[in-house]
Amino acid sequence: MSGLTYLIPIALGMGLIGLAAFFWAMRTGQYEDMEGAANRILIDDEDEL
Amino acid sequence: MNLATALDPGAEALVDTRLTAPGIRCAGCIGKIERDLPKFAGVASARVNLSAKRVLVRHAASVSDSDLVEAMRAIGFEAQAVSAGPLSADDAETKALLRALAVAGFGMMNIMLLSVSVWSGAGGATRELFHWLSAIIAVPVVAYSGQPFFKSALRALRHGRTNMDVPISIGVTLATGLSLFETVTWGEQAYFDGAVMLLFFLLAGRALDATMRGRTRAEIGALLSKMGRSASVVQPDGSAHRVPADLLEPGMLMLVAVGEALAADGVVEAGAGAIDNAMLTGESAPEAVGPGCPVHAGAINLLGPLQVRVTAAAGDTAIAHIAQLMDEAGQSRSRYVRIADRVSRLYAPVVHTLAALAFTGWMIAGAGWHQSLVIAIAVLIITCPCAMGLAVPAAQVVAAGALGRRGLLVKDGGALERLSEVDVALFDKTGTLTLGEPRPDLAGLTDAAKAVALALAQVSRHPLSRGLTAGLLAQGIVPAAVTEIAEVAGSGITGMFDGKPVALTSAPAGGSRLACELAIGGKRTMIEFRDELRPDVLETLAQLKAMGIESQIVSGDRAEAVASIAARLGIPGSGGISPQAKLALLEDLKAQGKRPLMVGDGLNDGPALAAAHASIAPGSASDLSQQAADAVSVGERLLPVALAVRAARRTMQIVRQNFGIAVLYNLCAVPLAVLGLVTPLIAAIAMSASSLIVIGNSLRLARAAR
Repeated sequence: MSGLTYLIPIALGMGLIGLAAFFWAMRTGQYEDMEGAANRILIDDEDEL
Repeated sequence: MNLATALDPGAEALVDTRLTAPGIRCAGCIGKIERDLPKFAGVASARVNLSAKRVLVRHAASVSDSDLVEAMRAIGFEAQAVSAGPLSADDAETKALLRALAVAGFGMMNIMLLSVSVWSGAGGATRELFHWLSAIIAVPVVAYSGQPFFKSALRALRHGRTNMDVPISIGVTLATGLSLFETVTWGEQAYFDGAVMLLFFLLAGRALDATMRGRTRAEIGALLSKMGRSASVVQPDGSAHRVPADLLEPGMLMLVAVGEALAADGVVEAGAGAIDNAMLTGESAPEAVGPGCPVHAGAINLLGPLQVRVTAAAGDTAIAHIAQLMDEAGQSRSRYVRIADRVSRLYAPVVHTLAALAFTGWMIAGAGWHQSLVIAIAVLIITCPCAMGLAVPAAQVVAAGALGRRGLLVKDGGALERLSEVDVALFDKTGTLTLGEPRPDLAGLTDAAKAVALALAQVSRHPLSRGLTAGLLAQGIVPAAVTEIAEVAGSGITGMFDGKPVALTSAPAGGSRLACELAIGGKRTMIEFRDELRPDVLETLAQLKAMGIESQIVSGDRAEAVASIAARLGIPGSGGISPQAKLALLEDLKAQGKRPLMVGDGLNDGPALAAAHASIAPGSASDLSQQAADAVSVGERLLPVALAVRAARRTMQIVRQNFGIAVLYNLCAVPLAVLGLVTPLIAAIAMSASSLIVIGNSLRLARAAR
């Protein structure tokens, strides 16, 4: 029983972190151009970074 | 991100402009635009969206839209500025649904974790604790994620109607309320998991549907922007002045330079040459004009400067009338009732009646109000259309994905439903059955002649010259060193090669309309142009026929041209049909109870595309036609048209099966619920099982587009 006092908040906290990450990703437009994201790794930008 | 190179930050306010550039296809294009565009003065950064084929440019306010379009052209992309309007509203709705879905998913997982412990026998204080924890999670989750349903249900009730969202809202609210009551009174059963799971599955269906919905209707502004924005008007004192298109008035005299788009309808007063009417009629051959010829806004002046007396301007031009027709034609489609709504109209009253009957039945049978209410709510939850909510969108999303991989982009789920019902197909000719661009027949030319022809043709923007240039470049021809090249408006291009005069001139009058003549020294060669049929036209028509769909051609082109193609294809065809007449023809077919499929590309097909029961536009179609159509087929092939109809029919078959599964599930589950045998565990299993079966059945459509 005493284990639950740690485990449940930990489980909920992890879920909330995931949820917050999703909201952040959505707000910053990470899902707006999935096709572009897939293609961008193919750009060879060796110049200034 | 590529940041400013030629810009002093803070010196000037930066503004954002969206450009649409259909030519963006690959990583190379992204790299090129994002690297090269910021090199232009005043441009701070560019960000490409490959899915939407758009570029977001951040630039100094002093840089105008046309400067940006020019800059894009300089690095090799045709572009056009767009307003953010139509896309963003849809986007906001999709995002709200996805957020609600994420919250519901979070709540469902955590509550399920606690519920499983309760079901596996946790009792006493542990059960109380878990119920309280579930309540703390569930109440905010329901309040947040339920909003799309609550809002829509309220809207429907306020108008005295009912929809699928009404039983959902009542079921979820009652289940949450009852579970709260159970928790507070230390009761045994809480339905938090059921309520949240219901929301999760339903939101999944809604989110699928919303992500599928494309950019539906365009604003009319997009069309009018194709018209010349201003014109040079001759003032009484003889000087010329730029006047914006909406300030032009009948009677004014416009000076139209070569390459300029006309800003108003008018009659040519002086000058001779040719105009490109492709925007208006979809016909690729230029039309010769001289004094007295009527010309329309949106046409592009190709050869020599013209003086045009304005006869109609702004809202009275032919192009504005087409825009208006399209707008009106689109209305009938918005009245189409989608299958999910038709089903829910039957379903919602039945569910409510059942729940009410269960409640009164148990009250009469002597159960307490508490037990009767629990049973009534169990009925509501168990009948709540989880599988129903997924039945349509799951199938349509899978089918649209499969079609997308075969080169047919479907705008929304409703489009698939309407495509499945068509029983007669109308095809435009130029650009739809044919490729829409004149291709030269180069068989009669030697390599040396080809090189000379290319050198001459590449300086001109006449459509035939451009067709010839494209055809020659495709063969890997290198232009010859022709000197003293000059384009004589109205007749052709001349130059000197190897000490001999060379010329590329339009064909002598009386010959075939689509031809030009190459002269090298004294030797003259005819180059004929043909607008080729798409390679798979016959196969497409045969497949449509096999599905019971008769085809015919309706074109704005000359009747003889249409008749010869119609004869070759063995289908009826009629030519010289105006946009209004096409619309009338469609209305006529609809009045006969037919459901016409319109396939067309030109702006003149726009109203017909918007009015037809379903419509498909080739990828080469004008922007507006693409936006008016239900689906856009990419590439040179016509076969996706037949494929679309077949896949749409298959999709509706699966959708009906899905409804069948949902009904079957209800037939099994409802009696259990009415008898009071449904525990939260059974409800959870039944709901997720039926949803999974429906999703699994829909996945079979992944191969529908074969």
